[in-house]
Amino acid sequence: MRYNALKILKEGLTGNKGWTPVWREPDPKPEYDIVIVGGGGHGLATAYYLSNKFGITNIAVVEKGWIGSGNVGRNTTLIRANYLLEGNQPFYELSLKLWEGLEQDFNYNAMVSQRGILNLYHSDSQRDAFARRGNAMHLTGSGGELLDEAQIREKCPYLDFDNARFPIKGALWQSRGGTVRHDAVAWGFARGADQKGVDILQNCEVMGFQIENGVCRGVETSRGAIRAKKVAVCVAGSSGRVMSLAGMRLPIESHVLQAFVSEGLKPILPSVITFGAGHFYVSQSDKGGLVFGGDIDGYNTYAQRGNLPVVEDVCEGGMAILPMIGRARLLRMWGGVMDMSMDGSPFIDRTHIDGLYFNGGWCYGGFKATPASGFCYAHLLAKDTPHPVATQLRLDRFQRGAPIDEKGAGPQPNLH
Amino acid sequence: MIINHPLLGPRDATEFVYLGDASMIERPNGFGEDVADAMYEYVYLRDNPAGEHRELWYHEQGDRSWLVVTRNTLTHEITEVALARDVARSKGRSK
Ligand SMILES: Cc1cc2nc3c(=O)[nH]c(=O)nc-3n(C[C@H](O)[C@H](O)[C@H](O)COP(=O)(O)OP(=O)(O)OC[C@H]3O[C@@H](n4cnc5c(N)ncnc54)[C@H](O)[C@@H]3O)c2cc1C
Repeated sequence: MRYNALKILKEGLTGNKGWTPVWREPDPKPEYDIVIVGGGGHGLATAYYLSNKFGITNIAVVEKGWIGSGNVGRNTTLIRANYLLEGNQPFYELSLKLWEGLEQDFNYNAMVSQRGILNLYHSDSQRDAFARRGNAMHLTGSGGELLDEAQIREKCPYLDFDNARFPIKGALWQSRGGTVRHDAVAWGFARGADQKGVDILQNCEVMGFQIENGVCRGVETSRGAIRAKKVAVCVAGSSGRVMSLAGMRLPIESHVLQAFVSEGLKPILPSVITFGAGHFYVSQSDKGGLVFGGDIDGYNTYAQRGNLPVVEDVCEGGMAILPMIGRARLLRMWGGVMDMSMDGSPFIDRTHIDGLYFNGGWCYGGFKATPASGFCYAHLLAKDTPHPVATQLRLDRFQRGAPIDEKGAGPQPNLH
Repeated sequence: MIINHPLLGPRDATEFVYLGDASMIERPNGFGEDVADAMYEYVYLRDNPAGEHRELWYHEQGDRSWLVVTRNTLTHEITEVALARDVARSKGRSK
C-alpha cells in the first residue's frame, strides 16, 4: 500500500479501518541469498537498498528482539555531515544526501527536519579548529558557516554568552543538519524492504554461525538453522558478543551512552545546539521535550543503563550554555550500548571468513549514518567491492597504520 | 559504582580513570619475531565480553595505584579488586 494524502482523507472519513500492517511476520525459510543479522536502522537500511536498488530480494533480516529495540530507537536523533577526515566526511555527506530524499524514496514520513546544527566554540583556538573543519566540509559540498557572537545572539539570545569560564565566541553552523524521527526510520526501511519480499524475522536470535572450511554458510538461530550464501552482521552494541561466535576479536569495546528528555516546553530551540567546551548536545522535539545527551559513561558495559556521575556531568554542560533549563523537569532517561571503535570511526567490510561480512563500530554517531551505511553495505554485499565513499572503513586499517581518528585521541575507545 | 580499594577501602568510581581490559598488563615482547602482529593484537583487539571482565582502573584522584577490577559488564557488579602490581608480579613480572 502506498501512502498518500488522498488515502489519509479516505481513511479519516471511514473510521481508519483500511490500514494494513506495515510489514509481514513470516516464518524463516530454510535458505536465503543474504541473511542480515540485526534489525536496527543499519540492518533494515541494508535490506531496503539491497532489494530496492541492487535487485537482490531473497533476503532475511534476523532480529533477536523487535525491530527498533536497539539503538535506532534509543538515540537522540541528530543528523549532520560535519566531519574532518577524508575517510569519513564523503561518507557522511552521502548519508545527508540520502536523508534529504529519503521520505520520497521510501514513501514514509520520517519527519526529517533540517533545522540546522549550531556547534558553539568558546576560545580562539577552537575557532581555528572549527574554521578548519568548516573548510573540510566545503570540500565535499556539505556547507558550513562560521558565525560570530552577534549572529548567534540573534538566533538564540538566551544562551549564556558571558559565562565566566566558557564564554560563547561563535559557532560552526551547518544548516543542513537536524533531526529525524528515529523509530520511523526503522519502520520506513522495514516496510520498503518487506514490500520487495524481504523477510523480517523478529524474536529470532543468532546464536552461532555455520562455518565450514573457512566459509560461512548460514546461522544458527533461536528459530532454527538458516542457510545463506552471505551473512551480513550489523548488530551495533552487540558486535563483540556476536562476532565472538565466529571466533573473531574486534577493535571495539561496548560502552553505554545515556539520553535524556525533559517535560514538554514551548518552542524555544530553533536548531540543534552543542556545547564546545564539554560534551552536551540538545534539540527540541516536536512535542516540546528537550532531547539531550553528552558523554559515554566510559567503562565496558552491555547493560543498557548508566550511572549518576555522567548524568551530573551532562546537566552541568547544559547549565553552562542554557541556564534557563535548570528549572525544566526531566521526564525520562535511558541508555544504549555503543560499539566504540579504537579510532572512533566505523567498519563496513568483509571478514577473513568467506561469506561473512561485518558492519559496526558506529560509536555514538551511527544514527546519522543509517542510510549511507545501508547503501554502502548493500553495495559491498551485492558487488563484493566497497562503495567509493567507504573504501577506508576497513577492519585491517589499524594493522596497516591507517586509523581514521577524528580527535587524534589514539586507541582508547572511551576518549572518542 | 563503588570500587573496594585493597588499601583504601570503598571509593567512588569517579575518583578513578578507566583504561580497559586487564590483558594490557601483558605487553608482548618488543623484540619477538611476531612483534608486529603481537603488538597489533595487544593494542587494538579486545575480547569485549558480556559478563565477567577484568579491567584496569587508575586511582588518579587518590593514591595513584593501578587496580585490576573484576566486574560484570551485564550488571556492573564488582566481585574482586586487586593491586595491578600484585597481579603483574604473580605472573612473574618485575621480580
Ligand atoms: C543514547 C544514544 C544517543 C545517540 N544519539 C545519536 C545521535 O544523536 N546521532 C547519531 O548519529 N547517532 C546517535 N546514536 C548512535 C546510533 O543510535 C547508533 O550508532 C546506531 O543506531 C547503530 O546502528 P543500528 O541502528 O543498526 O543499531 P541497533 O538499533 O542497536 O541495531 C542492532 C540490532 O541487532 C540486534 N541484535 C543484537 N544481537 C543479535 C543477535 N545475536 N541476533 C539477532 N539480532 C541481534 C539488536 O537487538 C538490535 O536491534 C545514539 C545512541 C544512543 C544509545
